[in-house]
Amino acid sequence: MAFWLLQSLNGLALGGLLFLLSSGFSLIFGLMRVANLTHGAYFMLGAYVGLSALGAGSGFTAAAAAGALAVALAGALVERLLLRRLAARPPAQRTLAQVLVTLGLAFIIADGCLWIWGGDPMPLPLPPALAGAVRMFGLAFPVYRLAVVVLALLVALALWLGLERTRIGAMIRAGVDDMEMASGLGLPVSRLFTAVFALGAALAGMGGVLGGPILSVYPGLDVDMLPLALVVVILGGIGSLPGAFAGSFVIGFVYTFGQALLPDLAYVILFLPMVLVLVLRPRGLFGARAA
Amino acid sequence: MSRRCLPLVLLLLAAAAAPARAQEPIRVGFLTVRSGALAAGGRQLEEGFQIFLKERHGTVAGRKVEVVWADTAGQPALTKTKTQELVERHRVHVIIGPLAAFEALAINDYIKQVEVPIISSSAAAEDLTQRKLNPWFVRAVGTSAQVTQPLGDYAAKVLGYRRVATIADDFAYGHEGTSGFQRVFEDNGGRVVQKLWPPLNVADYGSYIAQIKQDVDAVYAGFAGANGLRFLKQYAAYGLKGKIPVLGNMTNTDEGILKSMGDEAVGAMSAGWYSAAVDTPANRRFVEAVRAEFKADPGYYTAGAYTAGLFLEAALKAVNGRIEDRAAFMKALRSVRLTDGPVGPLRLDEYGNPVMNVYIRRVERRDGRLVNAVIHTYREVSQFWTYDPKAFLANPVYSRDFPPAKHLE
Repeated sequence: MAFWLLQSLNGLALGGLLFLLSSGFSLIFGLMRVANLTHGAYFMLGAYVGLSALGAGSGFTAAAAAGALAVALAGALVERLLLRRLAARPPAQRTLAQVLVTLGLAFIIADGCLWIWGGDPMPLPLPPALAGAVRMFGLAFPVYRLAVVVLALLVALALWLGLERTRIGAMIRAGVDDMEMASGLGLPVSRLFTAVFALGAALAGMGGVLGGPILSVYPGLDVDMLPLALVVVILGGIGSLPGAFAGSFVIGFVYTFGQALLPDLAYVILFLPMVLVLVLRPRGLFGARAA
Repeated sequence: MSRRCLPLVLLLLAAAAAPARAQEPIRVGFLTVRSGALAAGGRQLEEGFQIFLKERHGTVAGRKVEVVWADTAGQPALTKTKTQELVERHRVHVIIGPLAAFEALAINDYIKQVEVPIISSSAAAEDLTQRKLNPWFVRAVGTSAQVTQPLGDYAAKVLGYRRVATIADDFAYGHEGTSGFQRVFEDNGGRVVQKLWPPLNVADYGSYIAQIKQDVDAVYAGFAGANGLRFLKQYAAYGLKGKIPVLGNMTNTDEGILKSMGDEAVGAMSAGWYSAAVDTPANRRFVEAVRAEFKADPGYYTAGAYTAGLFLEAALKAVNGRIEDRAAFMKALRSVRLTDGPVGPLRLDEYGNPVMNVYIRRVERRDGRLVNAVIHTYREVSQFWTYDPKAFLANPVYSRDFPPAKHLE
């Protein structure tokens, strides 16, 4: 009983963490059809910026904001200066070019982080208020992990409200549904793209800071996280935020229980749901239409 | 010039060139890692070797030393390319490095083929000095299990533990260390009742920590790189610190990451062939020098590269600086014996691996910094522990499945 409860909480917490990681990826892909392979690097960059902010004496919330803002700025610049130039190419070439450019950028950011922050792994200090553990059935569960779940829910709620209830949200949805039609109707697609890319990057940066106390920050964090974002987003349905949300928690649970119950399949378990979904339902759990 | 004179002229030329060649610096190819996830270890390797050279003002056994640094990025394919570059383009006399075991294995055959002496400054793979012997290879550090075998002895005999759960990185280094611990621990009456293998790049140890049996006497933790830091932090977050003691391999609380750790690490025990807290004049000098120069305590990689330097020096002195005589130099390298040095006295066994001290260590806070305090010293520890080398080598190499776990519950 205690085992199931504890592992369920672990699954929830991992799901929350995965949503913080992958929501931005999903958002960007949904509108812009860019498979942003820089996403893991944004996550790591955010964590490092947060670490520096904490080191400079700021609070945890301010550090998360700093991480989000810094990465948002980086994202906006990348979109304006690089990705934009690729948009004019024919679709087949464009996708490949985007993949290569974002992958190359990921390497540059990773090396830049190594240069600035050095190669030593560093823990991100917990906010003191969330440092303890909850005790139940003689077992302890870290409070911070519960907080991560709550934060993920808040982010999901904010994104949902923003997309469904605001004017900008309506524009983004229109762009996701049919880009040509939206721009034909006079929506400011160009600014929208930059804004969404920056927002997606900001979510990754914030996710990095919020994940930091659990994951620590170290060179290679980017490469560890990117496949997780891909798995979640493919499972949930490309470009669908509810899909990313559901996908995060499905993967969180599958991974946690898979590791515990089928330890020899630890590597397979992560990718098995993705493979099954790709075979049986290629557009993902919540995918709107075939690509 | 007549044809008969030519050999004579050549001889004269060679004689004239000989003193010039003796003045030529010794070229050391140093395989390090400056990019990617292993860069922190690479930097520490370089620091260790720089301290060694600085102490000697760049001259070893009367000859200037010129270092050619090569960044392998921690990728075996690139390690191979860089090694070829060092050998064929830079014509180095000796190679030090590479950082990781999988890198060392990737160049093992090439080294055999080109017959360039190599001193391993950190790669711990058992078979490099066991079943994949290379006459041109010596190791300046211990193997993965060389330190965990005594730890198994200590856990069973001194700490009196009977039931232990293990958790370690799911790759060769993690397997080898765990197996060495398990074998000696079980040979002394202990039982490994649970074995967990989180993937090397697992995002989160939560689901593994939650599985650890609550009634074991201790948890053996075999981690490398950033993973020890993450594991101990999460171990404390799940309330297990102070409840179930942790016994780690050398890299679990290595000085390289210990400086990033906090209270969660205090009390964690481990075994290593080095600790910055080893209290000998030679080590105090070394630690002072590293602290002054690089503002950090030396650890696995720093001490490994420095000791590789000591190997180079000892062998060079034995051949009077004539490194060009490869066979003689290699022979001297394989019979290195150090009486003094940061890691303690050391001699090589016939397989090219050190017989050296293994320190049982416990993380303590001293003067505001965390240190691996030495609580016991095993002297003259061989890579084969107390087993007969022939019988040891007749077994398969330590792995996830060998020795088999007979006491899992």
